[in-house]
Amino acid sequence: MTAHQAIERIDAYPTRRIAGFPVRAGRPLPFGATPVPGGVNFSVYSNNATGMTLVLYRAGEPEPMAELPFPDSFVIGGVYAMTVYDLDAEGIEYGYRAEGPFDPERGHRFDPTVVVADPYARLMSDARTGPRRSRVALDDFDWEDDRPLRLPHEDLVVYELHARGFTRDPSSGVTAPGTYAGLVEKIPYLRELGVNCVELLPVFEFDENDNPRAHPVTGEPLANYWGYNTVGYFAPKASYASTGRFGMQADEFKNLVKQLHRAGIEVILDVVFNHTAEGNEYGPTISFKGLDNATYYMLTPDGHYYNFSGTGNTLNCNNPVVRGFVLDCLRYWASEFHIDGFRFDLAAILGRGPDGALLANPPLLETLAYDPVLRDCKLIAEAWDAAGLYQVGSFPNYCRWSEWNGRYRDTVRRFVKGDTGVTGDLATRMVGSPDMYAQRGTSATVNFVLCHDGFTLNDLVSYNGKHNEANGEDNRDGDNNNQSWNCGVEGPTDDPEILALRARQMRNVFMILLASQGVPMILAGDEVGRTQQGNNNAYCHDSSLTWFDWSLVERNADLLRFVRRAIAFRQAHPVLRRGPASEVSWHGVRAWTADWSEHCRLIAGMFGTGAGDSVYVAANAHWEGHLLELPEPPQGTAWHLFADTAAPPPFDAHEPGAEPVLPDQTHVEVGPRAVVVLVAHSQADQRDNGKEE
Amino acid sequence: MQLRTELRDDVTIIALEGSLDSRTAPQVQQEIEALFPDHGLVLLDLSGTSYMSSAGLRVLLLVYRRAQAGTARLALTGVPDEVREIMAATGFLDFFTVAGSVEDGVKALTV
Repeated sequence: MTAHQAIERIDAYPTRRIAGFPVRAGRPLPFGATPVPGGVNFSVYSNNATGMTLVLYRAGEPEPMAELPFPDSFVIGGVYAMTVYDLDAEGIEYGYRAEGPFDPERGHRFDPTVVVADPYARLMSDARTGPRRSRVALDDFDWEDDRPLRLPHEDLVVYELHARGFTRDPSSGVTAPGTYAGLVEKIPYLRELGVNCVELLPVFEFDENDNPRAHPVTGEPLANYWGYNTVGYFAPKASYASTGRFGMQADEFKNLVKQLHRAGIEVILDVVFNHTAEGNEYGPTISFKGLDNATYYMLTPDGHYYNFSGTGNTLNCNNPVVRGFVLDCLRYWASEFHIDGFRFDLAAILGRGPDGALLANPPLLETLAYDPVLRDCKLIAEAWDAAGLYQVGSFPNYCRWSEWNGRYRDTVRRFVKGDTGVTGDLATRMVGSPDMYAQRGTSATVNFVLCHDGFTLNDLVSYNGKHNEANGEDNRDGDNNNQSWNCGVEGPTDDPEILALRARQMRNVFMILLASQGVPMILAGDEVGRTQQGNNNAYCHDSSLTWFDWSLVERNADLLRFVRRAIAFRQAHPVLRRGPASEVSWHGVRAWTADWSEHCRLIAGMFGTGAGDSVYVAANAHWEGHLLELPEPPQGTAWHLFADTAAPPPFDAHEPGAEPVLPDQTHVEVGPRAVVVLVAHSQADQRDNGKEE
Repeated sequence: MQLRTELRDDVTIIALEGSLDSRTAPQVQQEIEALFPDHGLVLLDLSGTSYMSSAGLRVLLLVYRRAQAGTARLALTGVPDEVREIMAATGFLDFFTVAGSVEDGVKALTV
């Protein structure tokens, strides 16, 4: 269609025929199936295979239309590459038969009777509609001028959500519930809330039916809803796309990223490189196991699977070949999908060597930290693994990696429920945990109190214990150490006093989180009090138990308004997002005198000492209120009341910039189990800002 | 797949009839290219399109780029509901002017 045609390329011609198809020796790189002039280039590697066959299917058909063995002359090193012509790239599916020894003691599990999926498959067929097959993707999406947003890391407010569960409930009212397209329709909600980053639970192709258990009451099969069991690392999940049946899931996902970017919202993907969906020797052969088991997995000397992930197998991340695979994958998502960052599930495993031993300078983590394509991507580690390695504060970071701060979560939970002996620790957590991250600044700590794994916020203040009976494991699964408090009654209640206390406790958590230095992360739905009925391990439920209930937006409008204002307040005050910690002073009942003693449940911090921008945060976990003497605000300013979680809505938080002046500039009352936030500005400023509202 | 073309009030109307899939897409693409003016107004009428696969959707994208590359203005009419849904979900419905009927399309392009 262009005015001048490019000169036809000489490699657009086949050199021979195999199984009826014109072919030529392919290019070993890139791996995977890549459209080239006149055909498709297939490239797959296996260090231990003795032969390889490309298996082609017409889309959706059970039997192959052709099997093309790779001739020896099409093999370079361990890479099998072939360009096949006269293929309708959109109408075919493919896989491989890899020949080689079946010798588990030496780590080899080749089985040419199984057609394995391509680890580099850019698309995978939807497993609900047929067997798992690899497909060819066309990269012609029109991004227009989109590019990753590159927001400063410490300015993010992260919102962790499940791409399906966010709109799957009928109450969402979107055109295509449970899809990327459905999520696009909820972008105005995210904008209004004020978050500027969504972190998506796994969206790489996975098997949602991978769960042997059934619901103990209804007998219905349970699911793998969260999706931490990757099947295709380069393939966006087909069943999350309304266009998945047309094989257009990549385009639909790209449109989601493009629309989020237009709204000023970054996209972080939760990625799972610690294990795969293939399990141990009893699990299915999907791709890696049949292609090159001894390369991809950490194996014991007698060929069994090491299991640092708690899921049967552990990916051999620091094998040089697997490192390349991980790097290729992340580069692909960063460049082809404009992804802004990645959160690595059980990332401590990425620092283990092939025998499981902890490496001093893990090459994979170092490679990702310095990679030019990933330079602007946020890299966030879940800095622990299932084998007891806990690296929060000590994860090999190269001044580049940040961490989910599990200590932040535990300390805030303990403080809010009224434990003693944690005020000092809370103060440290609120200034970006400098005991762990002093050198790296406040972008190194991702502060969170709740995430998908554990209680929701509503349940944290409504249950003392977990209630996971519906998971079919007799309530043995899930964390027992929740640091939760039910406020007097276990579970739902009509008691207005208890409900009021729970509402206040939820505001206390939000206010502390959003007034802490570091990157706050909110679990989707907590801003409207979503419940999982006490289930703290809801990975297996794809139902109203886990879906976002949009009727809560109306029913808990007061809480939602509070959270919106708290986020807007944070964004208005850089002192809450950036250090140094030395610009925070600590106070108590008396100004300039914090009480660090064991029995104390009260702490007040003043963020920012200089010119104008000062924020005073008093958190009281005591069941009695206290009158606090205030430090003087900066010269020429007066204290204004932003939030008081003990006040009835809508006076629990004011519009940022339009806060009322505090009548008594020397003292403030903090109620029982309440948080008060003051801001210093001149009264003239306040009127000006008020006009703008 | 049949292509019909007619000129109405300076608007070139190209009507696609039949199934637009990976089998027919290359030929349709070539024929549209031949019929597509460098300048002026083009209305693509899809009301006779019985089936459209992702390959067909990509033909629409190419037509859009063709229009972008020249100075022709493009509108669609008769877009089947399912095709419209797919175009919306993948974000490229926004690229097009979509009219309810050929008459509306001619009007939208000539105003």
